[in-house]
Amino acid sequence: MQTTSDEILIGRIAKGDRLAMQVLYARHHVKVFRFVLRLVRNEATAEDLISEVFLDVWRQAGKFEGRSAATTWILAIARFKALSALRKRPEQELDEEAAEAIPDQSDDPETATAKKDKSEALRRCLQGLSAEHREIVDLVYYHEKSVEEVAAIVGIPEATVKTRMFYARKKLSELLKAQGIDRGWP
Amino acid sequence: MAVTVTETPSEREQIEMLLPWHAVGTLSPDEAQRVEHALAGDPELARQFELVREELGGTIHVNETLGAPSARAMDTLFKRIEAEAPRKHHVAAVSLSERLSGWLASVSPRSLAYAAAAAVLALVLQAAVITAIMVPPNGSNGERGGYVTASAPATDTGSFAMVQFAPQANAAEIAAFLKANKLSIVDGPNAAGFFKLRVAVTALPKEALAQAVRRLQQDKAVGFIATVE
Repeated sequence: MQTTSDEILIGRIAKGDRLAMQVLYARHHVKVFRFVLRLVRNEATAEDLISEVFLDVWRQAGKFEGRSAATTWILAIARFKALSALRKRPEQELDEEAAEAIPDQSDDPETATAKKDKSEALRRCLQGLSAEHREIVDLVYYHEKSVEEVAAIVGIPEATVKTRMFYARKKLSELLKAQGIDRGWP
Repeated sequence: MAVTVTETPSEREQIEMLLPWHAVGTLSPDEAQRVEHALAGDPELARQFELVREELGGTIHVNETLGAPSARAMDTLFKRIEAEAPRKHHVAAVSLSERLSGWLASVSPRSLAYAAAAAVLALVLQAAVITAIMVPPNGSNGERGGYVTASAPATDTGSFAMVQFAPQANAAEIAAFLKANKLSIVDGPNAAGFFKLRVAVTALPKEALAQAVRRLQQDKAVGFIATVE
């Protein structure tokens, strides 16, 4: 069965079609929510933000020119909203969250590996990456965005996208090493 | 010895940086082929690609265990959409004729809307051409002001009113109203469906403008009209 493309839906939304809005929301809200949640690390805030994101989609649909995929456009809006929300949060709150997310490095390697197998350690370290690195890893691996699309969403040159991803992966290896898992790279 | 693309360090680094996108399948066919070729000839790169694939699986797992938003998010969204004013046309990027025909399409049959928009546009262009011919040159050196159509964004000279045409007014009536009263549309419609009209090319005294607007209000094509200070 052929589904209506996002671009067609947005065209209908621009004309005030609420059903098209429901379809677009149903299609993308979970991934957008997860993208935002990974940035703001607070479910209630993330829920509020996705309402804001899709309200912007509703309002701005007429300006969507289809130069990029609809999801790229929506994620760019989501990122902007998430970063704006983060800027409004007290620094102390952010520090506490960052501290919680950083893998516990006080365990010796044996204890760490005993606690978690390699896959779990990897997931834990993925969550311990900085917001900048989490963002790019998620966009590439989970949201399946190309170099060009990540550049459009994050607002950085394509070359920077590649190097940022490279350093995010490098940081991930360092975090794993601190957990007692040496991947032999870099 | 076979020469592979990975023998140049910078090329190898470039390939290395592309591995995440290759794992997801978001490279162009050419790039993907380039990476595949490099992977085939470089065991260390191939080992690194396996690490990338592990990261890919881990990232998907982390995200998939994040859950989904509650229905509250959707309720909030659609309540806010309901509360929004009816969808207005994308005003900024369209011409006056498009705006006018769009507005007319919302109040009368589409065919009439096109006809009326064309008629009004013809009228304002005609007015502009006549003005350009008839108005004597200004300035001490005899230079004439630039060509300005009556449908251009409002210059600040003249007297203006905001009008909302009657919902039942058809295109012919609106065109006749504009022509009979020598009016030109300079802007609109705004979100509430108002157009800005140039009532006179000179700045009329307040009372004279109010009187003119009261007279225009009598026309059946007019729903509401008010002076603009």
